[in-house]
Amino acid sequence: MVQNIIEVKNLSKSFDISSKKPGLKGTIKHFFRRQTKSLKVIKDISFEIKEGEIVGFLGANGAGKTTILKMLCGLIYPSEGYILVSGYLPFRRKENFLKNITLIMGQKQQLIWDLPPIESFYLNASIYDLDKFEAKKRIKKLSEMLEIDEELFIPVRKLSLGQRMKSELLAALIHEPNILFLDEPTLGLDINAQRNLRKFLLKYNKETNATICLTSHYMKDITSLCKRVICVQEGAISYDGKLDLLLKKLSPVKEILIVCRSEEDAIKLENSGFTIKNKIKNEITIKIENNSITSSLKNILNNYDIEDLFINEPPIDEIIGKLLIKKDYDF
Amino acid sequence: MNLRKYLKVYKKFLHTSLASELEYKTNILVDLITAILSLIGSIFLLSIFFQNNGYIGGWKFEQALIIQGIYTILNGITNTWFNPNLTEIVKHIREGTLDFVLLKPIDSQFFISLKKINPSGFLEIMLGFFLLSFCIRINQINLSLSFLTLSFITISCSICILYSLWFFISTTTIWFVKTWNAIEVLRSFLYIGRFPLNSFSFSLRVFFSIIIPIAFITTIPSEVFLGLSQLWKILLEVIVATVFLMTSRKFWLFALKSYSSASS
Repeated sequence: MVQNIIEVKNLSKSFDISSKKPGLKGTIKHFFRRQTKSLKVIKDISFEIKEGEIVGFLGANGAGKTTILKMLCGLIYPSEGYILVSGYLPFRRKENFLKNITLIMGQKQQLIWDLPPIESFYLNASIYDLDKFEAKKRIKKLSEMLEIDEELFIPVRKLSLGQRMKSELLAALIHEPNILFLDEPTLGLDINAQRNLRKFLLKYNKETNATICLTSHYMKDITSLCKRVICVQEGAISYDGKLDLLLKKLSPVKEILIVCRSEEDAIKLENSGFTIKNKIKNEITIKIENNSITSSLKNILNNYDIEDLFINEPPIDEIIGKLLIKKDYDF
Repeated sequence: MNLRKYLKVYKKFLHTSLASELEYKTNILVDLITAILSLIGSIFLLSIFFQNNGYIGGWKFEQALIIQGIYTILNGITNTWFNPNLTEIVKHIREGTLDFVLLKPIDSQFFISLKKINPSGFLEIMLGFFLLSFCIRINQINLSLSFLTLSFITISCSICILYSLWFFISTTTIWFVKTWNAIEVLRSFLYIGRFPLNSFSFSLRVFFSIIIPIAFITTIPSEVFLGLSQLWKILLEVIVATVFLMTSRKFWLFALKSYSSASS
């Protein structure tokens, strides 16, 4: 049986936030009498993650995804609740715990700006107490997986964003961590660089059975990597489960474009009781519920003279977008 | 603490920061020229103070040069280690890159205090030692083992006090986010350390001994050089340095509990 590697129970986090009114008056007032209020950004959340799982955290900006990741890796103290990661209380930041995890942030970098990435790798290797031979072996293995070679010897400031991100990954994985926390790792990357990064993460997960917790606003990252998603809305979990199930629930209907051989067939189909979206000459678009799609298509193909048909999946960004906007989704 | 690992990491810190700095040759050259000109300027200023009066606060010009030598060494250490590292704490906290430091299996205070070096500060340290050796000659100081030991102890304590004060101020960034001004004030106070403590009024002497112990930083080591030091003062400096170092450590660990990281 696969064991839980992350356990979170009734976790909450509050921050003191100060607010300022606009204008000079507001600025002076803010300087002398700062008004702060306690804001609960994470509200009593609980979940478990199994070893080797890849879990995507979905949510709008400010929903609390990054705060959850930072509490999981021990950067932020929780206000209430309990977290256990790989058998450790993260905020104690014990050496063995830190050797087991890594955090990669798409918008922040740890590489030494003026030097080639290889220098940062060897520095990290010494911090993780790896000898030179072992470090060299791991750098070779990871650079092959990431398909980087010459870039290792070019100053970081001269690398493209994609090359830099690959180097960041290598620097963050040199100690072969069991748990990866990735906060928007593909931010700003072009389509090819995004695809390569996803390919690498899948390979890394397969080869090392590492657990990956990921936040991303690019739906392709989520659909390619995560079978399970946790949706965070205003600091609370609104959905925790399989991604395909979520999509089915959010989008229960598929659109099917049917091209009939004649306009007469299209008219017959229009009057056969299906929900029609539109009809242009012999082309007709109907809406069918996911659970009756097979039987409906069988019926259409048997009873009408069909030239071609296309099943249109609604774009996932649109579906998830709906989820992020609507606050009271009932799963 | 695994000492071997920390030495290995420090070797890497030295290597990477030297390599980073050497990427900008002109900057290093300008820094080196600035260090030489700054020392010449300081000695010139000191000589002007002593022009009309042979003594200031009971110190002759040749004796006051010792304070200048110790100040130059400390300023060199400041420029080599404290300035590039401790001012970076503010940046780490504002930009949230402290996250990377805190997630490394290494002491975070060690990492942020020693990761970088500015090689041009080495010249200042060397110039300071050169000035001190010149002062030893002109003041006819006898180089005994006890003199060298006491000099080493008092200068080490001065470094600890200076580091602790600077680190303490930088740590407050966790709450206040920007503390550049406080660091500038500390640097200004450090300039005062170029002059003998006795040359100030009683209230200032109290202030610079108790509130901001700049007096300990340069005056006590200088007194050791001139054989004027009293044992209680040296012991007091050792105690102050230990208390400051321990307090800054505790304060850092306490502050980290309030660290909320920058938003992404």
